[in-house]
Amino acid sequence: MKKFFGNLYIVIIMLFLYLPILTLIVLSFNEAKSMSVFTRFSLKWYGEMFHSKLILGALVNTFSIALLAALIATIIGTMAVIGIDGMKQSTQTVLMGCNNIPMLNADIVTGIALMLSFLMFGISLGYCTILFSHITFCIPYVILSVRPRMNKATDTLFEAALDLGASRGYAFRKVVLPELLPGIASGFLLSFTMSIDDFIITHFTRGAGINTISTLIYSEVKIGIRPSLYALSTVIFLIALVVLLVMNRNNIKNERTAA
Amino acid sequence: MKKIKWVLAAVAVLGMMLCTGCRSGENGEVYVYSYGDYFDQEAIADFEDETGIRVIQDTYDTAEEMYPVIEKGTADYDVIITSDYMIEKMIHNKMLLEVDKKNLPALKNIDSRYMKKSESFDPGNKYSVPYMVGVSGIIYNKKMVGDVKIDSWGDLWNPKFKDSIVMPDSVRDDFMIALRLLGYDQNTSNEKEIKAAAELLKKQKPLVYKYANDSARDLLADGSAAIGVVWNGEYIYTKDLNPDVEFVIPKEGTEFFVDSWAIPKTSKNKANAEKFINYMCKAKVAKKNFDYLYYTTPNEAAMKLIEKKYRNEDAIFPTDETLDMCDTLKTLDTKTTDLYSKYWKEVKAK
Amino acid sequence: MTFSKKWSAPFIVFVIAGTVIPILSIAYYGFTSRDGGITLDNITAMFSANHMQALGLSLLLALVSTLVCLIAAFPMAMVLRDSKFGKQGFTIFVLILPMWMNFLLRTMAWQVLLERAGVINGILQALGLPRQEMMNTPGAVVLGMVYDFLPFMILPIYNAVMKIDSHLIEAAYDLGAGKAYVYRKVILPLCVPGIVSGITMVFIPALTTFVISNMLGGGKVNLIGNIIEQEFTVNSNWYLGSGLSLVMMVFIIISMVLLEKFDKTGEGTFI
Repeated sequence: MKKFFGNLYIVIIMLFLYLPILTLIVLSFNEAKSMSVFTRFSLKWYGEMFHSKLILGALVNTFSIALLAALIATIIGTMAVIGIDGMKQSTQTVLMGCNNIPMLNADIVTGIALMLSFLMFGISLGYCTILFSHITFCIPYVILSVRPRMNKATDTLFEAALDLGASRGYAFRKVVLPELLPGIASGFLLSFTMSIDDFIITHFTRGAGINTISTLIYSEVKIGIRPSLYALSTVIFLIALVVLLVMNRNNIKNERTAA
Repeated sequence: MKKIKWVLAAVAVLGMMLCTGCRSGENGEVYVYSYGDYFDQEAIADFEDETGIRVIQDTYDTAEEMYPVIEKGTADYDVIITSDYMIEKMIHNKMLLEVDKKNLPALKNIDSRYMKKSESFDPGNKYSVPYMVGVSGIIYNKKMVGDVKIDSWGDLWNPKFKDSIVMPDSVRDDFMIALRLLGYDQNTSNEKEIKAAAELLKKQKPLVYKYANDSARDLLADGSAAIGVVWNGEYIYTKDLNPDVEFVIPKEGTEFFVDSWAIPKTSKNKANAEKFINYMCKAKVAKKNFDYLYYTTPNEAAMKLIEKKYRNEDAIFPTDETLDMCDTLKTLDTKTTDLYSKYWKEVKAK
Repeated sequence: MTFSKKWSAPFIVFVIAGTVIPILSIAYYGFTSRDGGITLDNITAMFSANHMQALGLSLLLALVSTLVCLIAAFPMAMVLRDSKFGKQGFTIFVLILPMWMNFLLRTMAWQVLLERAGVINGILQALGLPRQEMMNTPGAVVLGMVYDFLPFMILPIYNAVMKIDSHLIEAAYDLGAGKAYVYRKVILPLCVPGIVSGITMVFIPALTTFVISNMLGGGKVNLIGNIIEQEFTVNSNWYLGSGLSLVMMVFIIISMVLLEKFDKTGEGTFI
C-alpha cells in the first residue's frame, strides 16, 4: 500500500517535470500557430528553424561555448584540486571560500560584475567574454566534484606507489588520476549542463550579434511566441536525451542485470 | 576511451564554429541593431546577395535599453534604428556620425513632409534617415467590447474591461497616455504633472492584464485581451489574424514617432552602413518592408508601388488633420528622466 | 605534502580575474555616483519605498517557492530511496534531463500552458469548463520558480538520503524507537547538509530572478531582480544598479555562513 502511494508520488512529480516539455514537443508538430488547437501534423516549423540563420547560429554558439568552457574548467579545476591539496589549512579555507562565491552568488550579480570589469578594462564584449564568464562559473562545480575524491586514501595510494618504485609521473597517471576520474567526469557533465542552461550571465556579457539559445529565446519571446522555438526545444530535448543515454548506458546496463 | 570521444567531439564543434565564423561576407560585414522584427528578412538576404556584405542583426525591446549599449560601448554596431527622441538625445551627446548624403542616392525617395518632421529632432537631417513613421493608438476587439464607443485614452480605464487591457511596457509610452488624458504635455518636466499621471497609472494597474510591447498584438489576435495599445502599423497585421479588431486614434491626440537609421560613432564599417541604409531606402525594398510590417512608410517612391486599398487606409496613412493632433516624444534631461524612472517604478511596484 | 602548489596557478588567476576583480568593480560603481563622488546613496536607495516593496515581494515569493520545493522534494527523496526506481544512475538521469532543457524554454513552456489562449485553457474549454486566469500573477511566478528549481532541491536531498546507512535506521528501530522518532532524530539530522544545500540552490536564484517574473508575470510582478536589471538596461544608472546588487550580496554571505555552520564537511553537494 505504502509502496503504491510512493510510486504514485514519483510518477506525479515526474509528470510535473516533463509535462511542459512534452507539450512543447507536441505543439512543435502543430500546423497552426495556436497553442490550444491542434489542426494538422506538420513539419513546417522545423523547416523554418533549420532555415533560420539566427537559430542555427545560436545553437552552434551555445554548444561550442558549453563544450569549451566545460573542457577548460575541468582542466583548471582538476589542477586546482591537486594544487590546493598541498596547501596549509588556512589557505585552503580561503581559496575554497573564494571558489564558492560564483556558485552561491546570484547570477545577476556575477553577470553584472563581470560586465562592469570587462568594460572598465576596455575589453569589448563578445564570444570570448562569454566564454571567460562561463569558465569562471564552471570551475567551482568541477572543484566541488573532484575535491572529495582527493582524500587521505588517494594520498596513501600515491605514497604506496612511490614506495613500490614508481616515478611521480607514473604514480600520478596510474594511481591518482583514475581515483579522481569519476569526480572529473561529473564535474565536466555539470559544467556542460550549467553552461548550456545559463541565461543571465550570458545576457550581460554578450555584446553585439552573438546569441546563445537562451538569449535568442528571451528576445524572441518578447515579440511573441514563435512555434519555431518549439521545434528548437524538441531538438534540444532529443540531443540531451541521446547524449545522456549514451553516457549512462553502462550504468543502465548494470542496473538491468542487477535488478 | 571516453576521453578520446570527448576530444573528438570538441574538435568537431570547434571546426563547426570556425566555419560559421569564417562565413564573413567578401565585402565585409555590417552590424545592425534594431527593434525586434522590424524588417523583412528576405530584404536582408537580398542585400547580402547583391552586395556581398554579411548582415549581423541584433534586436532590443525599448529605446531605453539600446541607449546604454551604445553609450557605454557594450557592443559595437554600425547601423542602429531607433526613435526620434532617442536620436535627439544621441545627437546631443555626440554619439552619432554624420551620414554622408553623397552615399545615399535613394534618399530622394523619402517624402519631404516626413523629412521636414524629422528635422524637429535632427536639424538638417545630418545624422538620421527616416525608415518608418507611425502613431500609437487603441486597438480593440469590437465583439468583446460590445456597445462601448472607444474614442479616448480614458477607455483603457473602463472597469468593464478589467483584466482584459494590455498597456505598453515602456515608461515614456505609458506616461504619454496618462499625461494626455489629464490634458498635460506628453513631454512635461513638471513633477506635479508627472506625479498625477503616475497616480492615474497606479489606479489602472488592477485592471491591466499585461504590460507588453510587441506581444500586445498577439494577445488581441487570439482573443486573450479585449483592448490594448499598439502602433498603427500592427493594426493590419492583427486584423489579418482576427477580423474583429478595430483601431482608433484617441481624441486627446497621441504620440507620433519617426524611427530612423543612424550610425553610431563607434561603428567600424561606416561605408557598409551607408550602403545598407541606402538599400533600405530603395522603393522596391521599402515596399517589401511595408508588405511585411504594414507600418507607415515615409518613402514616397514606395507609396506609388503600394496597393490602393492600403494607401487609402486612414490607420496606416493618417491624414494631415490627424497628424496635427500628434507630437513626437522629446528627449528629457537627466533630472527629468530620473523623475519618470522613479514614478514608473512606483507604478510597477504597486 | 604530495603535490606541488603550482598546479593551482591557473585557478588562482581565474579567482582573481573572474571573481575578485568583478566584485571590486561592482563595489566601485556601487559606492560612486554619476558625478564621480563617493556616496552611500546607492546602498541606502534599497531602503526606499519602491525598492523595499520589490524586495519584500521577492523575499515572499522566494520563501514560498523554497518551501514548496522542500515539501515536494523531501518525500520524493525518501520514496525514491525505498523504491525500485531508486537505482542511482537512472534517477539522477531522469532528474537531470529537464535541467538540460534550456531554462528559458521550460519557463516559456509554462507560458504556453497557462496563457488565456493556451493549452490548459484549451483543454478546459473543450471539456466545457470555464477559462482559468493563471498568467501574469504572482502565483504563476511561484509556479515557474518551483518548476525551474525543483531538481536542484531533489538532487542534494536524494544524495544525502542515499548516503544514510540503513543499518543505522534498523538499529534505531531495534532499540525500540518509534517511526516518528526515527525520522526526527536519525534521518532528518543526517539529511541536513543536503537540505541546506538544496535550500541555497533554490532560494538565492528565486530571490534574484528577473526572467521568470518577466515571462510569467506580465510586467505586473516587479521583483528586485527586475529593478536591478532595469537599472542596467533601461535606466542606464549603473551606480544605483551596482549599489542594489551589493546589498543583495548580503543575502549571499548569510547563506554562505549558514552553509558553513550546517555542513562542515562539504558533503552537501548535489553530485
